[in-house]
Amino acid sequence: MSAPATVYVPRDSSARAVGADQVADAIAAEAGRRGIAIRIVRNGSRGLAWLEPLVECATGSGRVGFGPVQPQDVAGLFDAGFPTNAGFPTNAGFPTNAGCPKAAEHPLALGAVEELAYLKSQQRLTFARIGLTDPVSVDDYTAHEGFQGLRRALSMTPEAIVKEVIDSGLRGRGGAAFPTGIKWQTAMRAPATPKYVVCNADEGDSGSFADRLVMESDPLVLIEGMTIAGLAVGAEMGYIYVRSEYPDSVRTLEEALRAARAAGYLGQNILASGRRFDLEVRLGAGSYVCGEETAMLESLEGRRGIVRAKPPLPAINGLFGQPTAINNVVTLATVPIILARGASFYKDFGVGRSRGTLTVQLAGNVRQGGLIEVAFGVTLRQVLDQWGGGTASARPVRAIQVGGPLGTYVPPSQWDTPLDYEAYAKFGGVVGHGSVVVHDDTVDLAKMARFAMQFCALESCGKCTPCRIGAVRGAEVIDKIITGQDTERQITLLRDLCDTMVSGSLCAMGGMTPFPVLSALNHYPEDFQKGSEHASRRSPQKSAAVA
Amino acid sequence: MSGIKAVDSEAAVARALERHARRPGALLPVLHDVQHQLGFIPAESVDAIARGLNLSRAEVHGVISYYDHFRQHAPARHLVQMCQAEACQSMGAEALASHAQARLGCAMNSSTDDGRFALEAVYCLGLCASSPSMMIGEQVFARVTPQRFDQLIGALDQGPQP
Repeated sequence: MSAPATVYVPRDSSARAVGADQVADAIAAEAGRRGIAIRIVRNGSRGLAWLEPLVECATGSGRVGFGPVQPQDVAGLFDAGFPTNAGFPTNAGFPTNAGCPKAAEHPLALGAVEELAYLKSQQRLTFARIGLTDPVSVDDYTAHEGFQGLRRALSMTPEAIVKEVIDSGLRGRGGAAFPTGIKWQTAMRAPATPKYVVCNADEGDSGSFADRLVMESDPLVLIEGMTIAGLAVGAEMGYIYVRSEYPDSVRTLEEALRAARAAGYLGQNILASGRRFDLEVRLGAGSYVCGEETAMLESLEGRRGIVRAKPPLPAINGLFGQPTAINNVVTLATVPIILARGASFYKDFGVGRSRGTLTVQLAGNVRQGGLIEVAFGVTLRQVLDQWGGGTASARPVRAIQVGGPLGTYVPPSQWDTPLDYEAYAKFGGVVGHGSVVVHDDTVDLAKMARFAMQFCALESCGKCTPCRIGAVRGAEVIDKIITGQDTERQITLLRDLCDTMVSGSLCAMGGMTPFPVLSALNHYPEDFQKGSEHASRRSPQKSAAVA
Repeated sequence: MSGIKAVDSEAAVARALERHARRPGALLPVLHDVQHQLGFIPAESVDAIARGLNLSRAEVHGVISYYDHFRQHAPARHLVQMCQAEACQSMGAEALASHAQARLGCAMNSSTDDGRFALEAVYCLGLCASSPSMMIGEQVFARVTPQRFDQLIGALDQGPQP
């Protein structure tokens, strides 16, 4: 009797949200009906959101995929030989239909998953394991290079770990792009104890989902990264602050924490090294501004998420007044590979001062949305052409917002600019965390500008006036522009207001809300004139009088 | 009235304090725990939480009212949260929201008269590459069409009357 066939059905929320649980149930039931022995592994997502639920089968020549699979497709897949005859001939170097079993000819068959152009053209370093492994299996993790960075870090001094991270050129992937190693150095050198490591997993920006993918598809890499951070700065306790909108992430993280503790990778004596480190997941409560690091600290301490003035730097005076290394999920998840393979390996990717890889999160109105991890320097046009596959609506692309709700709308004239922190800053853009939200030609940029102000008004913590009041006034002024009330003067007022918000706000919430607003106004001015055209059509006498 | 007996509320707070009071920065974990047990945080529990954590009632109330996630009133049986952020907007989230309001007969950020459904706008569920998305309870749904919305709501509508 042969071993049961292994079938992979992702457990990530991007797969569950489109029916992965029902597909897994249907596969188990169908296999039972047909007396076929199978083993279902709930792996992470490969980040190819457009193909979810992406079901894979292990074959002699690697894993082959089918997707997007719906429960009603399952019986047909089995009729075609799934999962035992799903593969291609063992000797085939690449997928071809010649001599293949029927399953490979099924309309949902994708061939060898690793050979999919969307995946093969990427440089997966931070996300090397997502979709490959069972996210909560320590054995699976260690079989795929897991915990090698931690093992090396355990043999190093804190100074040497910090130097490795500085040398890698890693910068904060949450959006601010501050050099990670420098932050750690400050916390390491701070004399006070205890110290803390805090992971900012309050991924509230629309368009971004890389943090969620790490937490749901490879949470052990985050645990490993935070443990290394603890060794570097001298912390024995870490917190992961996860937003309440991510219940799946919380469940997967908790499971992974238990598994890591049971295997001796967390706790009182990590890998019998005599070093201590443990982690706790803390839940946010639906406040966007808690993604700002000092507001997050307030929230962790049990208060309203109100931004603190800086200095003092959190690295010196952070959580509970103690030195704290605060990093975003993707940043911390990148640390293990830097320690495992060395700073120079990582630094060899990228351009200019943007070293390593960027996790482009391609989202919005696009046919093939998903996670694209590539070296810095790729352009938006390449992202659209090579991966995007056009808009979902099949209409032309008109605007692309890069870097989240506080990022700019990047006009076509900049679509060939390399995605590199400095190159984007030069034209007033923000690479941020790398989210790319595509809008087709039905988008109204005046409306999007109004939304940015309205969102800021809704989420402002209220501590500083430019943000608290500016956002409300901003939405009102844009309303007047949209309805054509004295458009030109209102536009002057809007620019003036934006200037105040940029210069006078305490944090990025108020300080960057003008970015999408002004980029919409500067690059798509026609959308702000529609109101005055309507208004002049409505009152012909008035325009005649002016003429 | 809240529909929760005072004794239930007291017991829930006691359990939450027992589990979390010793943790540093315990207030949010305690509030999450109480809401998880009762579905919301009744006004009458504020005093006990404040005493248990050595805080003022104002501090506890301030935190409850600051965070959108914490509810001060009993929620509808099914909470439908629809993402209205940029990526979902680019895929028709507004039209879907209009459809949802018409189907359920209640405005965004309000509940149906029979208390079965509440409709809430949220800003990003992290499913931006499969927009538009929404969440019912703790279950996420992506690539939601009006037809799919009706199916999901229809399945819940079959349940017993509250």
